[in-house]
Amino acid sequence: MPTVLVTELAERPSLGAPSLAQRLRSSRSVFERVRSLSGVGALSNDQLETVEEVLLRSDVGVTTTNMILDNLRENGAPEGIAYAVRASLLDSLNAERSVVTTAESGRVPVWLFVGVNGVGKTTTIGKLAKRQIDAGRSVVLAAGDTFRAAAADQLEQWATRTGADIVRSAEGADPGSVVHDALGRAAARGADIVLADTAGRRSNSTNLLDELSKVRRVADREPGQVVETFMVLDATTGQNALSQAREFLAAADVTAIVLTKLDGTARGGIVVAIERELGIPVKFVGIGEGVEDLIAFDPEAFVDSLLDA
Amino acid sequence: MFDALSERFERLGTSLRSRGRLSEADLDEALSEVRSALLEADVELGVVRAFLEAVRERLSGETLSQSLSPGQQVIKAVNEQLIEVLGGSALKVTYASKPPTVILLAGLQGAGKTTTAAKLAAWFKQQGRQPYLIAADLQRPAAVEQLRVLGAQVGVDVFSESSSPIDVARHGVKEATRLGRDVVIIDTAGRLSIDEALMDEVRSISRVTSPHYTFLVIDAVTGQDAVVTARAFHETLALSGIIVTKLDYDARGGAVLSARGVVGRPVVFASTGEKMDDFELFHPDRMASRILGMGDVLSLIEQAEQKMDSDVIAEGAGRMMSGTFTLDDFLAQMNQVRKMGSLGGIMKMMPGVTKEMRIAASNVDEGELNKIEAIIQSMTTREKREPVIIDGSRRTRIARGSGTTVSAVNQLLKQFTEMRKMMRQMGGGMPAMPGGMGRMANMAQKAQRGDALPPGFEALGAGMRSAQPARGGGGKNKKKKGGRVTPPKQR
Repeated sequence: MPTVLVTELAERPSLGAPSLAQRLRSSRSVFERVRSLSGVGALSNDQLETVEEVLLRSDVGVTTTNMILDNLRENGAPEGIAYAVRASLLDSLNAERSVVTTAESGRVPVWLFVGVNGVGKTTTIGKLAKRQIDAGRSVVLAAGDTFRAAAADQLEQWATRTGADIVRSAEGADPGSVVHDALGRAAARGADIVLADTAGRRSNSTNLLDELSKVRRVADREPGQVVETFMVLDATTGQNALSQAREFLAAADVTAIVLTKLDGTARGGIVVAIERELGIPVKFVGIGEGVEDLIAFDPEAFVDSLLDA
Repeated sequence: MFDALSERFERLGTSLRSRGRLSEADLDEALSEVRSALLEADVELGVVRAFLEAVRERLSGETLSQSLSPGQQVIKAVNEQLIEVLGGSALKVTYASKPPTVILLAGLQGAGKTTTAAKLAAWFKQQGRQPYLIAADLQRPAAVEQLRVLGAQVGVDVFSESSSPIDVARHGVKEATRLGRDVVIIDTAGRLSIDEALMDEVRSISRVTSPHYTFLVIDAVTGQDAVVTARAFHETLALSGIIVTKLDYDARGGAVLSARGVVGRPVVFASTGEKMDDFELFHPDRMASRILGMGDVLSLIEQAEQKMDSDVIAEGAGRMMSGTFTLDDFLAQMNQVRKMGSLGGIMKMMPGVTKEMRIAASNVDEGELNKIEAIIQSMTTREKREPVIIDGSRRTRIARGSGTTVSAVNQLLKQFTEMRKMMRQMGGGMPAMPGGMGRMANMAQKAQRGDALPPGFEALGAGMRSAQPARGGGGKNKKKKGGRVTPPKQR
């Protein structure tokens, strides 16, 4: 009996997101005819289903997909379906995306990194440290993940690789005290910025979120000042990402998202819902394991990749 | 989400109940709700489609259940299908006749392979085996160190060397053989399914170690990509099973169904937390209700189905209407409800039950119900049928026989007489069922709130509600027709 699904799926050539552009190209002439006939941009059910399929497969989510479909039904697509869908998506991605790198005078700017387990927080810090150092700034890393075995070792390797300074403590130590020490070091040496790692944690545990709030408070105390709190999000994540963002926003005042692992087959469409519903913008995307593989988020390129998979 | 879905299912098919069969329209409506639920749970679109087809097949032509509403019946079928797909062809780990039994773990970055490797080693150790860990993730900085620390935590040796992942794996298995270890677990680097070089590498690791089991480690928060990843790893490594991680998250975990559906291999283990012993054999039934998001409604449906004898209830309801309801009927009804467990327990399982209702239910003293039962059972058949004949001396006898007091007997008889009078008013001179049924629903609701009726009768109220769907007939009373075992939602 369980083989039912397997047979059905095995016959499909690919379950990867089909290219909307491709599929629409073939239906475009049909669409043009429909439009010229009715004079309005009324869409056929087939066309709407194609749009729905592409959006759902990119993890945009049922709510956002329905919103875009309603939009299409209501307003038609006088300039083409692909154009209309693209515009709808871009509408949801209109937040300010500049990255804050400086603090009030006399204080050390802190970037705090939060997220669930295994999304790539430590790797992201390594890559961002490299960017800062390349820009001529001195960086102190705070190994605030004192929970996962060898997390500090992992960050230390990044410090060595990028030439950043690092403050670490024993496993199981209080993460707040690590961040506190890192701020002391940064202030004493006149470092330009502190990048603080935290342990991966699920977003449905009050205790773990409380601990995170505390770390953030410590990081925001003089001489430190938290200027960005990045929630690192793995592009393969589904609808749960929204609840992650909601909880981390409440606990740590998240200001931006770093979307990692976008070089795989996952599209990361859920960030559209996150930005639309919570107003948290994506600022960086991770596109590989190399130290340079982190780039600024470009909404247009992102939307194109959602639709042109 | 949860509430909304339950509610939509509540409404489903109320107008069509009397037809005795699920109509296509009913089914379409129900399955479209299920579709949304599955998509919101991150089940991959293609898998959703195939799954819904299977459910449709399962349900088409099925006659309507006596004890369940159409909505409940659909949920039940969906749940059964989920369990079947998730749990089909379960894998039983057998050990190689010539040890060691080699296990290879693979998956995307961050799925939790290293932690899983250590947990799996601990699990085997608990089974009385002597596991050995091989750290073949040379990609991620400090991954070897992480496995070493975790290995020490669970008391399992870890093999590592700074060569290549393929050599580490080969040498590790050789070393395990030399040491006489009987289970070897190989941790590999996380890799993207489209990274050909790394997929080739893991294929080579598999070739040189000939694993007896190859597990894909997949994380429960994964979205639509689960299918692409699972298929690619299956094509490369011929997976023997799936291990799902991060089940302690609040994700609904549809990725498990996606991966299971596309790979056709069982989910074997589930990782449910960060501690080393947060690891267990996979439970398809728990996963099914989680994906469906209907929580304990499912267990309630099951209980109602198994334990409610709809004939008894229907008969009782019929007699209530005709005014020939006896103390025997009353007892039978009460016991039907009790068979489902304590009222408080039932209430706890139902969604939409307010705190006040729960408290009221827990105030229904089970001991009180026992007393009522004893009193009724101490009566003669004739007394039960015609309570009017119970005079003073009979009361004394009954009280003695049931170990209660005369006043308790008096109280029960008084309440029963009042109740029967009420029923007669309702049913009498009203041959058309619907209206009467509507009023009965009202009464049941009253009983639900705990006013008007004494303790034992509250239970009966619940029984009456359960009786309704089986008897059908859309009344004018649009308001919660009681119906089903799920109580009317009160906000």
